[in-house]
Amino acid sequence: MSKRKTERLLGLVVCLLSTTRYLTADQIRQAVPGYPEQDELFKRMFERDKEDLRDLGVPLETGLNHPFDDDPGYRILQQAYELPELRLEADEAAVLGLAARVWQRAELAGAAAGALLKLRAAGMDAADGQSVASAIEPRLGTPEPAFGPLWEAVRDRRPVTFSYRAAGRSEPQRRELEPWGVVNRHGRWYVAGWDRLREGTRVFRLGRIAGAVKFCGPPGSVTVPDGADVRELVRDWDSAPAREHTAVLRVRSGTGVGLRQHAVSVRADESGPPGWDLVTTRFADVGSFADYAARFGPDAVILDPPDLREAVIARLKGVLA
Amino acid sequence: MTAVTSTERLQRLLALVPYVVSRKVVGLAETAADFGVSERELVDDLNLLWCVELRAPDPYCPIDLSYEGGEIVVSQAESMGRPLRLAVDEASALLVALRMLAELPGLEDRSAMSRLIAKLETAAGAAASASAQVAVQVDLQGDGTAGLAARINAAITARRRVHLRYYVPGRDEATERDVDPMRLLVVEGRPYLEAWCLRAEGMRLFRLDRVLELTVLDQAAAPPPEATPVDVDQGLFRPSPDDVHVELELSADGRWVAEYYPCESVTDLPDGRLRIVLRTPDTGWVRRLALQLGEDGRVIAPPELAAEIRDSATAALANYVVLSAAERRPPAQTACRGAAV
Repeated sequence: MSKRKTERLLGLVVCLLSTTRYLTADQIRQAVPGYPEQDELFKRMFERDKEDLRDLGVPLETGLNHPFDDDPGYRILQQAYELPELRLEADEAAVLGLAARVWQRAELAGAAAGALLKLRAAGMDAADGQSVASAIEPRLGTPEPAFGPLWEAVRDRRPVTFSYRAAGRSEPQRRELEPWGVVNRHGRWYVAGWDRLREGTRVFRLGRIAGAVKFCGPPGSVTVPDGADVRELVRDWDSAPAREHTAVLRVRSGTGVGLRQHAVSVRADESGPPGWDLVTTRFADVGSFADYAARFGPDAVILDPPDLREAVIARLKGVLA
Repeated sequence: MTAVTSTERLQRLLALVPYVVSRKVVGLAETAADFGVSERELVDDLNLLWCVELRAPDPYCPIDLSYEGGEIVVSQAESMGRPLRLAVDEASALLVALRMLAELPGLEDRSAMSRLIAKLETAAGAAASASAQVAVQVDLQGDGTAGLAARINAAITARRRVHLRYYVPGRDEATERDVDPMRLLVVEGRPYLEAWCLRAEGMRLFRLDRVLELTVLDQAAAPPPEATPVDVDQGLFRPSPDDVHVELELSADGRWVAEYYPCESVTDLPDGRLRIVLRTPDTGWVRRLALQLGEDGRVIAPPELAAEIRDSATAALANYVVLSAAERRPPAQTACRGAAV
């Protein structure tokens, strides 16, 4: 951190806030201490400073005081700079404290803390959210490194490219995406948008992006189509199918709690060997139910349907292969 | 002193002036705490603000302040009396979090939430629009989970003890226990009950989708003084020195395991395969996972666990030969009889 730079930037903000007229770069150099004498150096430093202020969200305006002026000038309009008047009731402040804690340690944690600081600066009392927090405490994590750049891309409407390892594929493939939004569903982050190479709407899981996400176009070059609902897209991509098939299993007495939990019927199997129950249950698809049933090892035997039975046997044989 | 950039410090300085102005007079200690800096750093900030000088057209100092006797007063703030408006990231961070909170069951006072969302949207103006591109859905679709969360929340508010029938999949066990509920947590999209468990005599987290039955008891909750909430920001799963290290090799189809379970290490192998190391106090669930994975996952270490998994698979396959071949349910049996006749 450079104290001199902080002083210079602060001076620049105060100077441009206190003027209603546009000030030229030269006038600014005279008013704000800390700029170098040499023209080239000054120009470069001033450019960087403007960039820094814009990154902070300072509404730096460029314009001419008079149509015949040669050099453009700069100013910050008080009205555009200031946080509008905002009064919070005690219960609202409590909820705000809870919301600011949601991102703890995640990608947007700094932004949440920055927002809270500004609201406190506007006179809001420190909200620790005690009353609400005692009962409920939600957290959002962003362990996926792709979250940061993708959020920026969505925010600034920029296309991106990345390598993506689809489920079960061994080699990642290059994708080019116009991102429309990021969605957290059941704890995982997804990005939805227009896949330029496959010319279609696609959803990607951030955890499967391999390596860096790179911008491949300028800000503002992505248009989110009217009516595009990223939540809906991700939900369709990721939702569990209906349980429309029926399975019959033998489950060892006193075991298989998970298998019995959603069973249609459980009864002692009188025709079979002692110590087993006959469980009838509903399932959605063979693959995932075979995964689940295999977990019970020697405590469960699939009787029907045959494809499910074979799928479980294949898993068990796979263990011994 | 933590490393902050010049622009981060500038942000703090721009907030500091209106912070004091809106409070007229405020203590050094309180301010330092709110800004998350030491008093020494705060005094440095105040000195820096006081020293700001503009030279043209006439030299003048736009900010005048004092902090004598530990009380800060800003007597002249020029045009810096109000904080900078919210940036897009800042507005989004709060709005996304609030909209997620608004979807959670069990919060009685939803009106504070919607009032606050409306106020922030107005205050943030255009900066609020990007937040619509981020959505969070919490997993409450599990059968009856939302209703369960509401009942737990009611028990917390009424300070009542509850009885749980709780499923432990790793041991395939339905456990019975009385607990004193403390908080409802939502971490990684999943709701948990954090409670003092009388059976374990410790704080425990219970996944709501594994609660088989919940009964609110007529007894008041009486958690002991040592029942303090865990710091969820340190992660839900704490490794312990007694944990077993499990090494697994996964095929490309088994890579999802590394996404689902917290791994100590993940190493890429040829052909999209992975080697991962997990730490766990109980290997029961790893055995079950290995049975599910079949040829897509192999436990390398510890060798006893690998042997146990093979034994389990062998026993399960034997069941298929002994139990089911001769006694298939009606469709198969009918077919057999038909062939015999």
